[in-house]
Amino acid sequence: MAVQSLSGGSLSYVQARQSDPLPPPTLVRGPIAWARQNLFSSVPNTILTLVVLYLLYLLVPPLVRFLFIDAVWTGADRAACREDMAGRPVGACWAFVVDRIGYFTYGAYPVAERWRVDVWFAMLAFGLGWLLWLKAPRRDIGAAYFFIVFPIASFVLLTGWRAIGLEPVSTAFWGGILVTLLVSVVGIVFSLPFGILLALGRRSKLPLVRLACVIFIEVIRGVPLITVLIMANTMLPLFLPAGITVDRLLRPLVGVAIFASAYMAEVVRGGLQAVPKGQYEGAMSLGLGYWRMMGLIVLPQALRIVIPGIVNTFIGLFKDTSLVYVIGVFDLMKTIESARIDPQWAAPTVSNTGYAFAALFYFLCCFGMSRYSLMVERRLAAGQRR
Amino acid sequence: MSSIARAPQPAKASFVNDPKVRGIVYQIVLVAVIVGLVWMAASNAIENLRAAKIASGFGFLNSTSGFDVSQTLIPYSATSTYGAAFIVGLLNTLLVAAIGVVLATFLGFLIGIARLSSNWIVARVATAYVELIRNLPLLLQLLFWYIAVLRSLPEPRNSLGVGTSVFLNNRGLYIPRPVFAPDAWIVLAAFALGVVAAIGYAVRAHRRQAATGQQSPVISASIGFVVGLPLLAWAVLALVAANPISFDLPIKGTFNLRGGLQVFPELVALTLGLVIYTAAFIAEIVRAGILAVSKGQTEAAHALGIKPGHTLRLVVIPQAMRVIIPPLTSQYLNLTKNSSLAVVIGYPDLVQVFMGTVLNQTGQAIECVAMTMAVYLTISIATASFMNWYNARKALVER
Amino acid sequence: MTSKFATLALGLAVGLAGVGLGASGASAQATLNNVKQKGFLQCGANTGLAGFGVPDAQGNWTGFDVDYCRAIAAAIFGDPTKVRFTPLAAKDRFTALQSGEVDVLIRNTTVTMSRDTTLGLDFPAVNYYDGQGFMVRKKLGVASAKELNGASVCTQQGTTTELNLADYFRGNNMKYEVVAFATSDETFKAYDTGRCDAFTTDASGLYAERLRASAPDDHIVLPEIISKEPLGPGVRQGDPQWADLVRWTHNALLIAEELGVTKANVDQMLKSDNPEVKRLLGVEGSFGESIGLTKDWVVRMVKGVGNYGEIFERNVGEGSRLKIKRGLNALWNKGGLQFAAPIR
Repeated sequence: MAVQSLSGGSLSYVQARQSDPLPPPTLVRGPIAWARQNLFSSVPNTILTLVVLYLLYLLVPPLVRFLFIDAVWTGADRAACREDMAGRPVGACWAFVVDRIGYFTYGAYPVAERWRVDVWFAMLAFGLGWLLWLKAPRRDIGAAYFFIVFPIASFVLLTGWRAIGLEPVSTAFWGGILVTLLVSVVGIVFSLPFGILLALGRRSKLPLVRLACVIFIEVIRGVPLITVLIMANTMLPLFLPAGITVDRLLRPLVGVAIFASAYMAEVVRGGLQAVPKGQYEGAMSLGLGYWRMMGLIVLPQALRIVIPGIVNTFIGLFKDTSLVYVIGVFDLMKTIESARIDPQWAAPTVSNTGYAFAALFYFLCCFGMSRYSLMVERRLAAGQRR
Repeated sequence: MSSIARAPQPAKASFVNDPKVRGIVYQIVLVAVIVGLVWMAASNAIENLRAAKIASGFGFLNSTSGFDVSQTLIPYSATSTYGAAFIVGLLNTLLVAAIGVVLATFLGFLIGIARLSSNWIVARVATAYVELIRNLPLLLQLLFWYIAVLRSLPEPRNSLGVGTSVFLNNRGLYIPRPVFAPDAWIVLAAFALGVVAAIGYAVRAHRRQAATGQQSPVISASIGFVVGLPLLAWAVLALVAANPISFDLPIKGTFNLRGGLQVFPELVALTLGLVIYTAAFIAEIVRAGILAVSKGQTEAAHALGIKPGHTLRLVVIPQAMRVIIPPLTSQYLNLTKNSSLAVVIGYPDLVQVFMGTVLNQTGQAIECVAMTMAVYLTISIATASFMNWYNARKALVER
Repeated sequence: MTSKFATLALGLAVGLAGVGLGASGASAQATLNNVKQKGFLQCGANTGLAGFGVPDAQGNWTGFDVDYCRAIAAAIFGDPTKVRFTPLAAKDRFTALQSGEVDVLIRNTTVTMSRDTTLGLDFPAVNYYDGQGFMVRKKLGVASAKELNGASVCTQQGTTTELNLADYFRGNNMKYEVVAFATSDETFKAYDTGRCDAFTTDASGLYAERLRASAPDDHIVLPEIISKEPLGPGVRQGDPQWADLVRWTHNALLIAEELGVTKANVDQMLKSDNPEVKRLLGVEGSFGESIGLTKDWVVRMVKGVGNYGEIFERNVGEGSRLKIKRGLNALWNKGGLQFAAPIR
């Protein structure tokens, strides 16, 4: 009653009538509600969703058709992969990859000796697993294995040594995934120690040492890898005494090692800078000399911080190894390029099939490494959070 | 004389353990090693070059090159010098880098913002794009794009035509080429004037808005200045004198189109590859930059009733830029350096022309390699210093 | 950690030692002795040109130039397999020879004055007379290179081809658009994809590359030959004995064809009464010893790879997939240019 009497007064802003009940809240679970919230929340969002869906429609079905539905899985030569001969639309010519998989993996490495490459792959996987699995036992031995035993064993295994019954195999025959992995591994094995030395040099108190390291790092980082590779390829022989020749595969390896060291140095430097000053001072107050201070106190902390950075540099390096193709080294890309112009497999879709194979290989490797790096990063962050 | 008893001194570190002495010794050793290596390399090089009878010095830059290059931004023919070929390659590198940087920035920002979109499918597609592109070698992508560009375009005889003056085929894109008459400078001057006027107007409008809160039609006025003034000058000139700017239209020849301005498929494929690759990295930088801006900023902007688009443009991105710029710079440099991959698809950039053809024709490896590297180093240092300056300026705005 | 450092340092040292092992000594002098000591011939070959020098997926090499390498190996060791091949790109080939990386360069290389005089090389023989030509698609309806005005041409950079091309179009006052690539693979691929109207290289190369086209019959080689390209093996200057060996290998292969000595009948020919055959096969005289080999050097070669005509037919001739006519490479008495100095 009181309300009614008030309503007759001046308080017109007071609701006089009971409002209708609100409709029940929209469904917040179930696919339709999800779609409404995440895809069609507003008019622009709806338009965006439709545009993206249309793009996907344009892109994905042809891709799936090319890669799987229309793909040719078996065949002995190009007849299987030509529309006019196969009598149906032809997508990816996987038969070509199947036929040439040996060439893509080993290059022209003699067939009878290919088991050696397989052993090498296994040794590499073993070493990498030991180093990268954070809970593995005795990772110091793992490091010694990877940085000392493995390089020597690889050299003997792959180039051959008559005395122990391994037929010598000229590097001219190496190729494919073998070379791609080899170039990357050499890059990482050499760039880590050199990079650490360069980073220490760049932060050294000795002006000349610092200057030399800064110049080296900045010059290498300022030029494209191709120019470093071409330099290693054409100029290395010039700088050596007459009569000494450098193996054709060794030249890009030198180039890649130099290039990777400069980048690694910057990553390590970041780690060194992130170590608190108190750690240096504490080490010095204990009477440790420079090398002991770095080796026992600073570097273990610095390297730990930059593990993700090191892995990312390695991903970049791994992708960049494809550039050795430019100077005629038979890496995976080069074997694909030379296989796809082979008349035996001359068919319209062979090129793209070859590229798809390379893309798959690189993507699996790089994506795996980047996931690993993320995992380590999260773990390190967990340690810091405490 | 020395009868005065000396106070006991702290045991002096032995000479070999004195850090200062050690430091000097280390440096002397390092310098000796470097000088030794350089001297050895140089003497070997001189010896080898003499044995191989290869000339040295930069005299070859004045000799006739004898080869042709497809895309030249300056007049160049087989009778030009190696020096001219160097300039041609350099300009081609700068061209692709400039186009690439601009487009990659656009695409990168777009994808970076899309990754943070509240729209599920947009965010997922953007993430898939970034993960896929970042994990594939650029070389592979360039080879793919080159084939894709060549395969998807028709032969010259079946050129796709837009109107009668723009054509597209597997030899490139043909558009009319402006031909300037002697008094065409007036039109260009009018254009320059228009740009200046538009900037002036924008600055004034900005001040006015800051002072009074009133907005001015900046965009339409700018278009009026930049387009209208040259058009006016053109019309006046065409009426009182001859037409100052005519167009050289592409026409069909025996094999191909003649005349006009030709954009080569190599340039298109290289730009496409570089932009798509670099944009994936820029997107990650942009995303990190935006995430670094506190969420409170967005919420405050929304609370003030600023539209989401404006929030992004006026509140978030300006603050994110401080985080974005340093890594963005290195992406620009990476793009420039990566343009050297042109060599695999036959785009005549610096590396292809100078470190490829010229080096092979003259055999003067040291000079060619040194000049090419010097160019990239100069670009790197120049970009880095410009970006440092810009970065410093941006940072100062903070109150 | 110090121990880790020590291991790293050790690793570096070992790695560097590995680098050292990769390098091999070679001297400019006395190549023959060097080759005999090594036990094999190191031959600079093409990275892959069908018919001339191409490795298959197992690394077995075949081709015209490759057989020349085998012939030299057979002459020295009596075994045509004692040869190793270094695939060389056009731009690397001379440095590889100069630096001693290869003993002989047999890689369809044009003999020119500047290469002979300024690069520190010698070209003892011409084993294939060639010239630069053009290949176009049939459907363009072009019958002569003179009609190529305005065409786009794909070529390989860093070769004489690129320079001849510029000269030819300039000389005939024609316009063209050049698209240059680093390797012959990329060049031909671009042409085959339709980037260019014409593809240019040595005529022999045109026939070889045509095989790799997606549809070889759609392409024709134009009749014009715009340059002289005498292709021949190259050796380092300053080792006359080695140059002589390479030169006489070529001459002997020609004479063997001229006298009808073939892979099949070489043993019977040893009993021949023809004095020329007797001298060739070392039954009379000691010509082989004068170049540091044994008397029966020609027998070894012909047994290993056959005579010049057989090598030609097998790899590039009418019987092969390339189907190149002998033309300039016929013997002098059959209308060609192959004219060997006599062995006497």
